[in-house]
Amino acid sequence: MHELGITENIVNIALTKAGEAQASKINQINLVIGEMSGFVADCIQFYFDSLSKDTIAQGAVLHFELVPAQLRCRNCSTIFTPKDTLWACPECRERSVEISKGRELFIESIEVE
Amino acid sequence: MKKIEVIQNILEANETIASRNRQLLNEHKVFCINIMSAPGAGKTSLILQTMKLLKDKLNVGVIEGDVASTVDAEKVQSEAQAVVQINTRNMPESCSLMAAMIESALKSMPLDNIDLIFIENVGNLICPSEFILGEHKRVVISSLPEGDDKPIKYPLIFIDADAVIVNKMDLLPYVDFDIAAFRRSIEGLNPKAEIFQLSCKTGEGVEKWCFWILEQIKANVTKQ
Repeated sequence: MHELGITENIVNIALTKAGEAQASKINQINLVIGEMSGFVADCIQFYFDSLSKDTIAQGAVLHFELVPAQLRCRNCSTIFTPKDTLWACPECRERSVEISKGRELFIESIEVE
Repeated sequence: MKKIEVIQNILEANETIASRNRQLLNEHKVFCINIMSAPGAGKTSLILQTMKLLKDKLNVGVIEGDVASTVDAEKVQSEAQAVVQINTRNMPESCSLMAAMIESALKSMPLDNIDLIFIENVGNLICPSEFILGEHKRVVISSLPEGDDKPIKYPLIFIDADAVIVNKMDLLPYVDFDIAAFRRSIEGLNPKAEIFQLSCKTGEGVEKWCFWILEQIKANVTKQ
């Protein structure tokens, strides 16, 4: 739903970096996206295809590294991957947690020629 | 072929504008609260009730975000010092306000005559959680008819909230909403969040929330 603005940013960042490197073509954009970030890879791909048209990023492969959610229990500090939506700690059963991984949203690198 | 390391936050463009907004607000001594909720939870009602109670103390401006229409802007017009309606229908994000939209709204507000701005975000519990706008406080409203499981279904928006409001408390006898379970969920996700139980319909509990706002404004002025 809100991937259009995000994809515009991705295209802008990639074009700027490629321009700085005087590249003539962007072959691949490597993205790191957390499972909990709320962004859908397929949606980003869909918008990317239309936004990158007639730029040096046209046809570039979007590679998504998806980071699974990881929680930390505030009570006993156990790090765990949530198995359901209740987010209860598997050790102490407390439901007091913070997200330690899974909200990432960045461009890791681009591959150009 | 060459690999160029980038490591750049994709939301950075939004965050840069948000910090510019924050700076502008601080320069004019304007406190800003971003109100988020599902459609119909009572964002406009809360803003209206708050403005009525704080009438003698603060000049309040409102930025209304909706996909379409000026319905909400018309409702708050009589109580607000200034109102700007943003329609997101033709913008890159129609499901949430973004910092750039706030930046242009602030340009048409008389900031020197305003103490507090409410940003009424687009009714949505998902998208607004990704975008900071330059606000000082983020507030989420849950209302009783929505059910007590919203923090479990939409955790991100509650994790980043400074305050959570449970609205429509007057409906408690008629709906199955477990207040204790709701509070437990919030306290688990975000122990720092203040929780207010109130009813915009009857006015019960609104005073306590208004008092919190005044305290936050005072604390922000001291901090600067």
